[in-house]
Amino acid sequence: MPAGSGEVVLELRDVSKSFGPVVALRSGRIEARAGSIHALVGENGAGKSTLVKIVAGVHRRDSGEFLLGGESVDFSSTAESKDSGVAVIYQEPTLFPDLTVTENIFMGRQPLGRGRRIDRRAMHTEAESLFARLGVHIDPRRPALGLSIADQQILEIAKAISLDARLLIMDEPTAALSGVEVDRLFAVARSLRDEGRALIFISHRFDEVFGLCDTITVMRDGSYVDTVETSTTNVDAIVEMMVGREVGDLFPKTPAAIGGPVLTVENLTSTGVFHDVSFEVRAGEIVGLAGLVGAGRSEVARAIFGVDSYDSGTVTLADRTIPKHKPSVAIRRGIAFVPEDRRKQGLVTEASVARNIAGVVRGGLGTFGILRGADEGRAARPWASRLEVKTSALDATAATMSGGNQQKVVIAKWLATNPRLLIIDEPTRGIDVGTKAEVHRLLSELAGQGMAILMISSELPEVLGMADRVLVLCEGRLTADIPRDQATPEVVMKAATQTLQEASA
Amino acid sequence: MSDTTIRPTEAAPSAELERLIEPSSQSRSTRLFNTVFRSREMSILLVLLLVIAAATVKTPSFLFSSNSWRDLLLTPSILLLLAAGQAVVIITRNVDLSVGSVLAFTAYLTGRLFIDHPGLPVVAVVAAGMLAGALLGLVNGLLVAIGKVPALVITLGTMYVYRGIVLSWAGSDRVNASDMPEGFLSLGTRSVLGIPVLFMVAAVVVCLVGYYLHSHRGGRELYAIGSDPDAAVLYGLPVRRRVIAAFVFSGALAGLAGVVYAARYGTVSSGAGTSIELEAVAAVVIGGVAIFGGSGTVWGASLGAILLVTIDRALPILGIPDFWQRAVVGALILSAIVLDRILALRQARKLVTARDES
Repeated sequence: MPAGSGEVVLELRDVSKSFGPVVALRSGRIEARAGSIHALVGENGAGKSTLVKIVAGVHRRDSGEFLLGGESVDFSSTAESKDSGVAVIYQEPTLFPDLTVTENIFMGRQPLGRGRRIDRRAMHTEAESLFARLGVHIDPRRPALGLSIADQQILEIAKAISLDARLLIMDEPTAALSGVEVDRLFAVARSLRDEGRALIFISHRFDEVFGLCDTITVMRDGSYVDTVETSTTNVDAIVEMMVGREVGDLFPKTPAAIGGPVLTVENLTSTGVFHDVSFEVRAGEIVGLAGLVGAGRSEVARAIFGVDSYDSGTVTLADRTIPKHKPSVAIRRGIAFVPEDRRKQGLVTEASVARNIAGVVRGGLGTFGILRGADEGRAARPWASRLEVKTSALDATAATMSGGNQQKVVIAKWLATNPRLLIIDEPTRGIDVGTKAEVHRLLSELAGQGMAILMISSELPEVLGMADRVLVLCEGRLTADIPRDQATPEVVMKAATQTLQEASA
Repeated sequence: MSDTTIRPTEAAPSAELERLIEPSSQSRSTRLFNTVFRSREMSILLVLLLVIAAATVKTPSFLFSSNSWRDLLLTPSILLLLAAGQAVVIITRNVDLSVGSVLAFTAYLTGRLFIDHPGLPVVAVVAAGMLAGALLGLVNGLLVAIGKVPALVITLGTMYVYRGIVLSWAGSDRVNASDMPEGFLSLGTRSVLGIPVLFMVAAVVVCLVGYYLHSHRGGRELYAIGSDPDAAVLYGLPVRRRVIAAFVFSGALAGLAGVVYAARYGTVSSGAGTSIELEAVAAVVIGGVAIFGGSGTVWGASLGAILLVTIDRALPILGIPDFWQRAVVGALILSAIVLDRILALRQARKLVTARDES
C-alpha cells in the first residue's frame, strides 16, 4: 500500500453494488488522502463510475465499508454527501439550462440577506471571484443554456470549489477540454491539493494521470486490482493491470471471408459534432469504432442511419447513395441499427416480444392492411428461436426480460429485415458476462454469413477481441484505422486521446 | 476544440448577443430596462391594454362607468388565485388539474360551515377552506412525488374523485345567499378606495408568490427542479419535498378561491368551478410560463389570467359571435405556445452561434 502524507479522508473497502442481475461493482477499494491527488483508472465498465456514485450518494452500496474522515457513512441522497463535504464533477455536466450561471453555482445555498432573501449582488460578486480564480471569463448573469461543454465543465468545477469540499471527485473532467483548458483545470486541482483537500481524478489520458496524480488505483471488471505510487510505475505497467488478461480468450471471433465494400462513408461532416469522417465496411467484416465518451461515435452511426442529419459528405450502401435524414430509406436499403440505449430507443418495452420483432417488417406482414397477432408471431418465431431468446412465450413483454435477452430481441428485430449492414452501438452494455459471450458469438456468426457489421464500443477488450479493423475517433475526427493484428490497447488509447492528428486512413 | 472560455475583448459581439451572453457588460439601468421591457410579461400587458382600448373605443362604458373599473378587477380575482397556484406547480414541470374540483369542495364547505355553525367567524371559515384545499393538494403531491406517476394523470384522476365527493355530499342541494352571513357576502362585492377587496386579496397573494419565487431559495429550487429534474436530484435538492409543497400550495389557493367563490356568487352548487382548471392552465401558459417548467413568472401568469377574463368580457362588446370567442382564446393559447417555442429555439441558436464564433 502507498504511503501518503495527509490523513485518510475517504476509505472504501470491498464495496459492492449490483443492479438486478448485473454486478456493476464487485469489490471496490480506494483510499484518498488529504493533500493528494489520486487517480482512478480502468476500462469503461470497470466500475469506476459506480464507485463514484456510491461516494456521491446516488447509489447505496450493497456491502462493504465506506469511511469518510474515519467515520462509517451511508448516504441515501446526494444532499447528504454534499453536506459531508464531498463534491463530484460528473462526466456529463448537470446544469439547469433555464437559470443563470450564478444560480447554477449556488443553487440551494445562495448567500442570504435580510429576511432570508437571496442576496443576488453578493452571489454575482462571489461567482465573479470564483471565475477569476479559475482564470476564465464567463458572464455570471448569462443563462447556462448554450454554454460549450468546456464552459459547463468549468461551471461544475466552480460549483465544487464554492462548496469548500474536503473531497473532490472528478469523473473524466477533461474528456471535452482543449489543451489550454486542461492546463487551467490542473492548476486549479494542484492549488486545491496544496490547500489540503483530497482529490480523486478519473481519466483515460495517461499523460494527464502521470502529470497530475500522486497515486493510482487500478480497477478491472468491477474489482480493485492495485494501488501504486505514480513515481514507481509507468504507462505500460498500468495498462497491463487494466487489461489484465488475454483478450482473445473471451471473444469467440471466428475469421470470416471478407468481400467487397458494403458501406462507404465519404467526408461526412456535421458542424460541431464530427468532421470529415471517411471509411468503408466490407461484407463479412466487423469494424470496431472506438473512442472516448463524447468523441462522436454514436453521432456518426446515427447520421449514417439517418436519425440525425449532417452537413456534407455521402453515405453509400452497395453503390447506392443513402439520402440523409431518412431512416425509412436506410431500413429499406438494408441498414439495421441497434442503438446504445436499447430500453429507450431500441424496444417498445411494454409490448410483447413478437410485436417488437415484427415491428420493423410490419409493412410486408398483415393481410389487407390488417395486422393480426398471428402474423406477428409467425414472423417473429424463427428469429427468436434462432437467437435463443430465453423468454417463455413470444407474448411476454420486453420490459420484464434481462438486458441480455432484450438485446437479443433488438437484434432479432433487425435480422427479420435481412440487413446487409448492421450498426450496433454498445452491444453488451449492461449485460452480464455469460450473455455477453452469446451476443459476441452471434455477431461473429452474422459476419461469417457475409453481413457487414459496424460495432461501436467503449469496452476496449470487446473492440480488440471482435473487430477485424479498429477505427478510432477523437473529438469528432478519425485518428486511426488499425488492422486486427496491430490493434493493441496502447495503440487504440493513444489514437483516442491524441488531438488534431490527421486521419491515417 | 476552440478555446471558448477566453473571449477576446476586441471581438465585440453584436448588441443582441451581448445582451444574451454578456449581460454584466451592460450598465445596471440597461439591464433593468431589458428585464422589464423585453420580457414576455410586457407583451402580454400590451395585448391586455389593446383589448381594453379596443373595447372602450367601441363602447366607452367598458372602462368609463361606475361599475366598469370594479368589474375589470373583480371578475379575474378567482382565476388570479388559481393561476398563481398553477404557475408554481407548472414551474416544477407538473400540472394540477384538480383545482376546479377543490374549489367546488371548499365553496360548498364554506356554505355548510355557515349553515351548521351559525356565528362562526369569517376568519375561521377562510382558514378551514384553505386547510381543506391544502389537504386535497397534499394527496395530489404525495401521489405525484412518491408514486412517480405523471401529474397530468394523477390530477386528472383526483379531479374526478374530488368532484365526485362534492356531488355525493351536496347532491342536488345548493347553498344560497340567505344561508351565509351578510358580512361574509359583502366581502365579495365591497371595495376599499375603489379597489375590490377580493382583488386586493388576489394581488397580495400574487405579490407574495412572486417575491418567494424570485428571492427565496425554495422558489429558485422550484425553477431548478422544473428546468432539469434529474440534475436537481444529483444536485441534492429536496425534489420530492418541493414538489409536494407546490401541490399543497396550489391546493390551499384553490381552497381560498372556493371560499372567495362562495362570497362572490352567494350560491354554491356541486357544479361550481367546472372546467376552471383549464382556464387556470391557459392563463399560466399565455402568461409565458413554459409548460415544461423552469421558466416564467407568476406576474406573467396573473396578466394571463386578467387577459383571459377581460377578453371574455370584451369580445361580446366588440360584436364577435360566441363561436369565435372560444376560438380567440384557443388561438391565444396556441400562439403563446408557438411563440414560446420559437423564442426558445431562437435563443438557443443564437447562444450556440455565439459559442461557435468565439
